[in-house]
Amino acid sequence: MEWMVFVLLFYEFFKAGLFAVGGGLATLPFLYDIAARYDWLSAAVLPDMIAVSESTPGPIGVNMATYAGFNAAGVAGSLTATVALVTPSVLVIICISKFLARFNEKPVVQSVFASLRPAVAGLIAAAGWQVFRVSIFTLERFALTRDLTSLVSLPALLLFIVIFVLMRKLGGHPILYIAGAAVVGIVLGL
Amino acid sequence: MKELWDMFLTFCRIGGLTFGGGYAMLPMLQKEVVERQGWATEEELMDYYAIGQCTPGVIAVNTATFIGYKRRGLAGAMCATAGVIFPSLVIITVIAAFIQNFADIPAVQHAFAGIRVAVCALVLGAVIKLWKSGVKNTVGVILFAAAFLATAILGLSPVWTVIAAGLVGVVRWKKEGGKK
Repeated sequence: MEWMVFVLLFYEFFKAGLFAVGGGLATLPFLYDIAARYDWLSAAVLPDMIAVSESTPGPIGVNMATYAGFNAAGVAGSLTATVALVTPSVLVIICISKFLARFNEKPVVQSVFASLRPAVAGLIAAAGWQVFRVSIFTLERFALTRDLTSLVSLPALLLFIVIFVLMRKLGGHPILYIAGAAVVGIVLGL
Repeated sequence: MKELWDMFLTFCRIGGLTFGGGYAMLPMLQKEVVERQGWATEEELMDYYAIGQCTPGVIAVNTATFIGYKRRGLAGAMCATAGVIFPSLVIITVIAAFIQNFADIPAVQHAFAGIRVAVCALVLGAVIKLWKSGVKNTVGVILFAAAFLATAILGLSPVWTVIAAGLVGVVRWKKEGGKK
């Protein structure tokens, strides 16, 4: 049943393309959902995938689908996931440009989006929490020792605070911070 | 035929030269689509972009489909979309293959431990930005919290959250008089 993974890839990424509204990281909660339900995508690779998607050119959603598809089933997988992700966009946009002029100015559309925006922010926050759990908190170690000092990786927490403050103060491209953090990771042996 | 090929190449350039997607893509679209090719006016581009933001899917893909379809129908939509995703497909596949081969090296593992921390900061930054632009009132705070809890604690699929939040929007529109 090797082809099953392609059917599932297409179905899951089609769904992500249809329901991920707002661009950027909006695809991320869907990837965590997929990783939780199937064994061909591991949640452990998702933080690395975000880093790669943010540091390479191209739309982040497409980058993430390509990466996840490749992890699941090689080159054919990356093609399947990416085509599936963009298919709903193409269909929806063609319908809109055919039938609905001034779609985004309709009050009902504006009202729906006023409600979707905070929900999407909450979904991305939940996906961010998953990344926190594996990179800054060390919940597995805490479960073993029951010692509060083993709940957080201190070097990781400090690095997080430094990066976050620098990002807010200085701005600049994410790739700079990702590269810097990689060097710090090697030097500190995180 | 020539215009379809140009469309593919132009959107290839846009996809291959913009980092970060979303808003980062707008200046590039302006330069290539409005100034260089004259496929759309500044105002049309802003309209497409606004619609791209409030329709499902990747904003850059939505905008590319829109411009391609308006110019050359279905074939145009396909060429523009294929162009904008082509560089990602190639670059990411190569990197993903590369990472899989090097993932066992300790230095690479330490580097990625550091990178994951940076990703935390990036995601938190994105959430703060979305909070500032999207959460405007108590209903917004409730929607944010409900979406977070439904996914992080209950493990519900984000699909349900998106549908529920959309319905809340429809109900609020009805309550305000349901203007057309």
